[in-house]
Amino acid sequence: MMDKKAISKAYEKYADSFTPKPTYFKNSAKAFFAGGAICMSAMWFENKFIDSGVSQEMAATYVVIILIVAAQLLTGLGIFDTIAKHAGAGVIIPITGFANSMVAPAIEYKKEGLVLGVGAKLFSLAGPVLVCGITASVIVGVIYWVI
Amino acid sequence: MGYLYAFIIGGGICVVGQILMDTTNLTTPRVLVIFVIAGIVLQAFGLYQPLVDIAGAGARVPLPGFGYNLAKGAMEGASEGLLEAVTGGLKAAAGGISVAIVWGYIVALIMNPK
Repeated sequence: MMDKKAISKAYEKYADSFTPKPTYFKNSAKAFFAGGAICMSAMWFENKFIDSGVSQEMAATYVVIILIVAAQLLTGLGIFDTIAKHAGAGVIIPITGFANSMVAPAIEYKKEGLVLGVGAKLFSLAGPVLVCGITASVIVGVIYWVI
Repeated sequence: MGYLYAFIIGGGICVVGQILMDTTNLTTPRVLVIFVIAGIVLQAFGLYQPLVDIAGAGARVPLPGFGYNLAKGAMEGASEGLLEAVTGGLKAAAGGISVAIVWGYIVALIMNPK
């Protein structure tokens, strides 16, 4: 029995030496610069809109729309995946990742039809985010109304 | 100066996400949900607004900013009435969500899997 344990331990060690170690620092640095760059360019667009006489809130919405349109187009062209492979959370945590999570499965399941394929799969990943987000926001709203 | 804060705060939020994805077994949708809920809860306690005031788009563009937007709309609606409290969140985020759905559908129809 002891032997078996020793062997499995040795094997674990052996297998471990082949598993690539996630490069935490490198990944984080990439995510930092990619995410920072997206936010900074978003701010640049926002300032451009504000300069042209749009209100702050409208400008913020326009910028979110620009990011979503760009991210979904890049996803459709297959470029987003290549960027995400390097930038990781840097492009997934900004709203671009949410936009990508809608289009990617929708294209994948296209052959299942326009309704149950594209229409349904558009929400296979984004659905949970919307359901949880909207539910939480309604709870917050009702609590504030009661208070 | 505003651009620097946007870069640092926006990048910082992404680093938190990267560390979460690297060190835990959480799948991407779970991480997205966690970030949106985090934004909503923080804003419900009034803690996310200061971040937005400092970093602007740096705090609004990452997913907690989406949650912030939902919570802010709901809280503003709550001061008008119960129905507005229920609809406020979705109303505030309607622009982004509508475009994401419509444009996402169009792109998925036009493009083919690689």
